[in-house]
Amino acid sequence: MSGGKADTTEPLLLGVRHHGPGSARAVRAALDDARPGVVLIEGPPEADALIPLAAGEDMRPPVALLAHAVDEPGRSAFWPLAGFSPEWVAIRWALEHGVPARFIDLPAAHTLAREEDEGPAPGAGEGTVPEPDVRTDPLGVLAGAAGYDDAERWWEDVVEHRGVGKGDPVAPFTALEEAMTALREECGGGGHGRDLVREAHMRLRIRAARREFEDGVAVVCGAWHVPALRRGSPVAADRALLKGLPKVKTDMTWVPWTHRRLSRASGYGAGIDSPGWYGHLFDAPDRPVERWLTKVAGLLRAEDRMVSSAHVIEAVRLAETLAAMRGRPLAGLSETTDAVRAVMCDGSDVPLALVRDRLVVGDVLGEVPATAPAVPLQRDLARIQRRLRLKPEAAERELDLDLRKDTDAERSRLLHRLRLLGIAWGETAVSRGGTGTFRESWRLRWEPELSVRVAEAGVWGTTVHAAATAKAETDAVTARGLDAVTGLAEHCLLAGLSGALPTVMRILADRVALDTDVGRLARALPALVRSLRYGDVRGTDTAALAEVASGLAGRIFVGLPPACAALDADAAEEMRGHVDAVHGAVGLLGDSPAPDHRTLRARWQSVLRTLSARDTVPGVIRGRCVRLLLDGGELARDEAARLMGLALSRGTPPADAAAWIEGFVGAESGGGLLLVHDERLLALVDAWLTGIPAEAFTDVLPLVRRTFSAYEPGVRRTLGELVRRGPGARGSVTGTGGGPPGFAPGLDTARADAVLPVLRLLLGGPDAEDEEAATGPAGPAG
Amino acid sequence: MTVPVERDTLRPHAEDAFAAELAALAAQDDRPRPARWRLSPWAVATYLLGGTLPDGTVITPKYVGPRRLVEVAVTTLATDRALLLLGVPGTAKTWVSEHLAAAVSGDSTLLVQGTAGTPEEAIRYGWNYARLLADGPSRDALVPSPVMRAMAEGMTVRVEELTRIPADVQDTLITILSEKTLPIPELGQEVQAVRGFNLIATANDRDRGVNELSSALRRRFNTVVLPLPGTPEAEVDIVSRRVGQLGRSLDLPAVPDGIDEIRRVVTVFRELRDGVTADGRTRLKSPSGTLSTAEAISVVTGGLALAAHFGDGVLRAGDIAAGIVGAVVRDPAADRVVWQEYLETVVRERDGWKDFYRACREAGA
Repeated sequence: MSGGKADTTEPLLLGVRHHGPGSARAVRAALDDARPGVVLIEGPPEADALIPLAAGEDMRPPVALLAHAVDEPGRSAFWPLAGFSPEWVAIRWALEHGVPARFIDLPAAHTLAREEDEGPAPGAGEGTVPEPDVRTDPLGVLAGAAGYDDAERWWEDVVEHRGVGKGDPVAPFTALEEAMTALREECGGGGHGRDLVREAHMRLRIRAARREFEDGVAVVCGAWHVPALRRGSPVAADRALLKGLPKVKTDMTWVPWTHRRLSRASGYGAGIDSPGWYGHLFDAPDRPVERWLTKVAGLLRAEDRMVSSAHVIEAVRLAETLAAMRGRPLAGLSETTDAVRAVMCDGSDVPLALVRDRLVVGDVLGEVPATAPAVPLQRDLARIQRRLRLKPEAAERELDLDLRKDTDAERSRLLHRLRLLGIAWGETAVSRGGTGTFRESWRLRWEPELSVRVAEAGVWGTTVHAAATAKAETDAVTARGLDAVTGLAEHCLLAGLSGALPTVMRILADRVALDTDVGRLARALPALVRSLRYGDVRGTDTAALAEVASGLAGRIFVGLPPACAALDADAAEEMRGHVDAVHGAVGLLGDSPAPDHRTLRARWQSVLRTLSARDTVPGVIRGRCVRLLLDGGELARDEAARLMGLALSRGTPPADAAAWIEGFVGAESGGGLLLVHDERLLALVDAWLTGIPAEAFTDVLPLVRRTFSAYEPGVRRTLGELVRRGPGARGSVTGTGGGPPGFAPGLDTARADAVLPVLRLLLGGPDAEDEEAATGPAGPAG
Repeated sequence: MTVPVERDTLRPHAEDAFAAELAALAAQDDRPRPARWRLSPWAVATYLLGGTLPDGTVITPKYVGPRRLVEVAVTTLATDRALLLLGVPGTAKTWVSEHLAAAVSGDSTLLVQGTAGTPEEAIRYGWNYARLLADGPSRDALVPSPVMRAMAEGMTVRVEELTRIPADVQDTLITILSEKTLPIPELGQEVQAVRGFNLIATANDRDRGVNELSSALRRRFNTVVLPLPGTPEAEVDIVSRRVGQLGRSLDLPAVPDGIDEIRRVVTVFRELRDGVTADGRTRLKSPSGTLSTAEAISVVTGGLALAAHFGDGVLRAGDIAAGIVGAVVRDPAADRVVWQEYLETVVRERDGWKDFYRACREAGA
């Protein structure tokens, strides 16, 4: 030390565990007792100007200090603070007592600059974490010495669960400091270079504060740092350590935070598992266990679980006896959880998961006053808007995008991302310039409240891309239906958020596996296949998507036949729609090169065969399946005719047969052109129709009428002519002579050959086999 | 698992089989003991979970599973609450209750076996009708139930398969557990429980058609659910050990041990039970059956018999396929879809499972 009168009063060093409610309590008691003239807190000094905001009415923890590089909003760090964080308590104490509070840690300008060298650490809030687990695990060593196998529990027993003692409020800090000193000596001074630099900076700031304020300096910092701050070190040495540190221009602001984010394993505070429990420990004036279990009982009652006061009493007894048995001073979270499980939840973990979600973690959402500086997301958006020359204007305007151009593709992605974030700047409009997949039309209008939306979206991230990714992931987790998740997957592809796709796909696969409604699965498949093709067009990596899609298809194949049994007319009609949708999707999916997909088509055809032959399946579905097989060239004409004859034979109730016809040649199935061109099928229908007994005919008439009236007028007329000509004329079609009206009896091979090169060009199939497969089924229809 | 006892009983009681361990624990137990407990709660937990005493005596673990569960169970008994052990068949419920009673009261024989025909007399008291007719109603003519004896002597009584007992008989326990008295209206007397009395019940939580406990009775119990084996390795170990014992006792011809097939059975059972594949990447629907370890054992035993008598003496996929399908597809409609989905989405694509996939397809369902 450099001497001087400041040495006469040692600074009050309060070593804490970040986010420890017991530490927070102890800090408050110690500050009340010592009444320092200034409070120094471990944290980035750039935030000093933001401290007064913490006094505001509309500032409610949990909140976080957010530092970000001005030129690169993606590079950022968070310092979250909950109501029970000792740092927050210290800030509030200082504000309430009109005492200045300052942050003394290494400036974020250096922290962020450093991250550049050390690789990406987005949001990792490196600034103030002692990170004991990663480095030398000082708490673990201390806990081990005390006979604990779990450092967290030891800390809780020794510090966090202590009530405010009657004795000297500074005593626990002194004891802890001694332990830490011994520990740091053991570990060789905790030699991590980063710590040394940070501690040097803290020492310099403490010295400056002691020169400025005569009446006492209090320092709140991680317990690990206390010995280093106590130990004197020459000013010159500290200065030397800090010399030449890289620096970036940074900005700071407050952002709202949530308990859920506090509990995340990443980021600041090494991820506290139970912010709700800590909050309770901090807020409860007394009898924390009793109050906690009463809270739990209240929650379970609200969820219609019968929990009486007797349950609470027994749970308290069990928790306290368990604590005694495990040798703990007070029942902790594990004891109360065990007690809740055994007494209130009948040993089941299911209601317990609810308790964990709502209480142990909790839904608390912080608030930040509107006067807090702008979030980096706004800057990022403004930058992108400038780069893409897309000005936010209040007047509505149309924007046509050609996605083959880079700028337009980026604009499209931006608008899609903003939509995901709930910032409805653009609405998709029906494209005027054609329906190609590379065109998109938007209607843009920047409403003033969108700025508010942008500020709100700031919690999701610091750049549009990162925020949209985080939002999409969260949306996927909380999405209710399968449709919502598939929609989200599609949206992610449109918005180019490949980072969010793994999560979305995982959720999607889970939902697909657990959904028992084939109808929902069948509805989800087309959207998924669409996304897959879209992704293919854009060169996105869609392997995961393809895997999910083929898994979904497989599940549909298994579930469809049982689901088609015993349906009424409406349900059968709906299911027919599903069969169509799946058929289309499988056709698209089968084109993709993945080896698994090749077999999909064959598997689907076997499902169709099963369906078409099963008597319990409604006629409309059976007819449709036969038609699909026939169109796909999987079923010979003769076989189709046999099945049709079977369905239309005497034994079948006329209504059922009519439904079969509806499925087979209904307007939705592609109209009656098939009947026009296949005389034999028409003859079968004709024979069936004329064979219906008179009394049944009136019942069937509406069904038949519905089928045939939906045909194009031209088709109807041709059919009528064919029927009028009578069976004799038609019978000759399959023979050598004659032919359909308008066609020559024989094939003019010379003219047909002339068409072939053009066809080959159109279809792009170089080998003859493909050509045949492609032209074969198309022949009769066209 | 067992310690040899110098007697010819097929299966000695826990307190006899482990008399030496209990004596050593009691001798070195200096912690406070609740009234009429033979050991302190800490020593009871050590007895169940195993450990080494200060003098070097090794206590064998009786229950291999989460320590937390045993602690909650022992603490429940110490706080004078009745304990309900729940779990699917084959999770050592009876085993744990027997050892708890042996350690706490030194006697595991006060036992009521719950069946659909358990009468009220089994829980309250019956009459010696010869004495009743000769001398009229008196305490001498009364035949006490295990519960009544436990109340009078401050012991631990066990009720096995509580949910199989008819509901009206179950409810006689309510007074006993809440008032801790058993009235004898015929004599105008009552038996009051002395300190140390407690009750351990076991019940099966997956069986259909059981008599659910009334909520009044339920809240007299603290519930501990005993889980299925935690890791695949532990379960494979249990299954192969047990299959070996069974094979010997059934005099099956020796079959080279098919550890691969056993692992396969355990994998299938665990995946369907947990509703997620072993690699944790694919979710699955779960069938309606319990798919407990005990069923895995019987599938493998059946497969061994098939292989030995009709096969080539080696346990192959085909030998276990029919057994697995039978165990999984309990409900012909819903379970069949679950099973086929599993076959098509998981088994079909798994490396080295081709034979099994084919065998299962052949086995039908």
